[in-house]
Amino acid sequence: MNSSMALSITTFIYGLAAFLYLTSWIFKIKSAGKLATVIAITGVICNTTGIIMRWIESYKLGIGHAPLSNLYESLIFFSWTIGVIYLFVEYKYKYHIIGAFTTPMAFFAMAYASLSTNINDRIQPLVPALKSNWLIAHVITCFIGYASFAIACGLSLMYLLAKLDSKSKDFFVDHFPKTRILDELTHQMIMFGFLFLTIGIITGSVWANSAWGRYWGWDPKETWSLITWFVYAILLHARLIRGWYGKRIAYLSIMGFIAVIFTYFGVNLLPGLHSY
Amino acid sequence: MKKEAISSDYFNFKRLWKFFASVKLTVAVLSLLAATSIIGTVIPQNKSSAAYLQAYGEFCYTIFSFLDVFDMYHSWWFQLLLILLTVNIIVCSIERISIPWKIVFVKIPSFNVTRFRKLSQRKEFTSRLSPDQLKKLYEPAIPKSFGYIRIEETADGFCFFAEKGRWTRFGPYIVHVSVILLLLGSLIGSLAGFEGYTDIPEGETRSSIRIKNTDNIHHLDFGIRCDDFNVSFYDNGAPKEFRSSLTIIENGKPVLKKDIIVNDPLRYKGINIFQSRYGKLPPSKISPKKSFSKKDPSDMIILNIISKETGINYQETTVIGRSIELPEGVGKFVIKDFMDSADFKGMKIGEVYLGVLTPVDGSPVEVLLPLRFPNFDKMRNGNMAISIVSQSGNRGHFLNSGEETRYYTYLQVTKDPGVPVVYTGFIIMIIGCFITFFMSHQRICIEVTENDNKSKIMVSGTNNKSSMGIENRLNKISRCLTGLEQRGLF
Repeated sequence: MNSSMALSITTFIYGLAAFLYLTSWIFKIKSAGKLATVIAITGVICNTTGIIMRWIESYKLGIGHAPLSNLYESLIFFSWTIGVIYLFVEYKYKYHIIGAFTTPMAFFAMAYASLSTNINDRIQPLVPALKSNWLIAHVITCFIGYASFAIACGLSLMYLLAKLDSKSKDFFVDHFPKTRILDELTHQMIMFGFLFLTIGIITGSVWANSAWGRYWGWDPKETWSLITWFVYAILLHARLIRGWYGKRIAYLSIMGFIAVIFTYFGVNLLPGLHSY
Repeated sequence: MKKEAISSDYFNFKRLWKFFASVKLTVAVLSLLAATSIIGTVIPQNKSSAAYLQAYGEFCYTIFSFLDVFDMYHSWWFQLLLILLTVNIIVCSIERISIPWKIVFVKIPSFNVTRFRKLSQRKEFTSRLSPDQLKKLYEPAIPKSFGYIRIEETADGFCFFAEKGRWTRFGPYIVHVSVILLLLGSLIGSLAGFEGYTDIPEGETRSSIRIKNTDNIHHLDFGIRCDDFNVSFYDNGAPKEFRSSLTIIENGKPVLKKDIIVNDPLRYKGINIFQSRYGKLPPSKISPKKSFSKKDPSDMIILNIISKETGINYQETTVIGRSIELPEGVGKFVIKDFMDSADFKGMKIGEVYLGVLTPVDGSPVEVLLPLRFPNFDKMRNGNMAISIVSQSGNRGHFLNSGEETRYYTYLQVTKDPGVPVVYTGFIIMIIGCFITFFMSHQRICIEVTENDNKSKIMVSGTNNKSSMGIENRLNKISRCLTGLEQRGLF
């Protein structure tokens, strides 16, 4: 048993959890939803094990570092944060159905990490610029932000779907939480994500200042994280001051998540300082 | 006449004030900042004009340079947007702060029972105890976290009022202050700071630096001597550590010694010295006597050249000794010789071509092109990464590479007196966001009224943020109160 095996199993478990959540939603099988929760918890445990094993393995190779140093490791951590935050939301608000819109993202991130040929899954030594304690603080806070925004995006999709079908009383949205609750939950997730994105950008800034002597350099990833920050700042102002809610907030939340995706993946296509 | 002028001035000021106090402006400026920021991530910033001309053609180049697109984050229009945002934040905050101000700085908070009675999230239950008994029972049960508690007697009972987190209404203003601090800090940095670089060959001293993106030279009032430079590699060839041993020399005397590595700079008199890249001195500077052997001109070498800036792959054909122009006008490159076994910092890298790259705006650097490691030159982190694709003809030139390589270290030298202001802004921003999002001004009211020898109890409350939070709080309080009563009875 090694970390890559544990992580392959995790991918499979997340896939199964996503399938069960979707089944429970579409075919209205309540027991499938309950089983899905158990499977999702197993997935997170397996994911955690994989991350810890990978950490230990890197020390065995003599190049010990936290498994947050490249795109592969970040995707695994992204899945983990989605899983953990989603399970917390489910535990607190007891809506299994939200899982149908969030666990697929955890599964896709894992599947992309393990299946894409462009992603190197070897444990590599840290290049000089990454040797800093800020690496851990920066990556963890950023990904808590990303994962919260991912879940907010899932909730916004649910909101739009519910609104779309509210007239025809389509059976797909019968068991959805009330739209008021979806709207409120989206807002909660975005506030949580915004706080962590802010801390993520700040820790990145402080790190940049200790590595290169400037806290802001308009590197494409820095700039895109700021663009994302702006989008969510607009959303928060629109809601808190102009009283926007519902559909308009849902669209903004989806737009914000598109910016997150571009910050995460798109920027790798542009030249810059970030290793992923 | 005069009065009219004043009133029209006042009217104009009012209009201007209203313009800047609008949240629509905030949303517009933030959207514009977000949208225009994208440009600078797609078009590489601060490259040579030759590179831009080649990439975009003359027409686009003229338009882009007119609009400062090549240094857009420092362009007048981007700065203008930032100033607009700053004024907007300040005016908005002043305009709105009076509302929370009145609530927060009030001597006796006003509570209106009838308002609490109308709230939808309220709990009601009855008790067999009289209001007087309940008063004694309930008094210690009000959550300790509520800073303000007041009891009011009513006609047929009493009322508990409690509140907490009144000051959290300032949360958004705290965030706004932090944004202003960040902008102020960056202004201080751009006025009183600098960002430059210098390369120092081992054993030499430099006391001036080149300012980034300009031709300006800045003189330091001390010298930096590079006593030694070391680079180490992992087994897979990736760089592990760049280490420069530096000595600060002031008035001819060494005053400070430190080894710097990436992420661990040297700070002296407000000036920070960071390890950046490194390079090797061209062979001519090491041993001028050395002569390079000639190779057969038919010995064609095909080079693959990857531009760091544009990511484009170029292929060039050359022979030993023939100088070629590098693509995108970055400089000249010539292959000087071939060695069939070379050492690089104690690592055997096998057969290599030895080249010299002369950038348009810099000193020549030696480039090693090992046949076995096509990615080797990427480590140099230059603007072009060169590798050998194929070679024809026979190679039979043996060269002794016993001579010691001499490095130069490439240091980033910065001064930014705005950093403390920015860092203060960072801390305040995190605190402000936390207060704004996760703390709230909660007010609760517990009303007890006598009704047919029974007591009617109402627990109600408000929260200036989410309605979910207060619902949980009210549930908890009512459960606690009913629990108390049961325990009190038995």
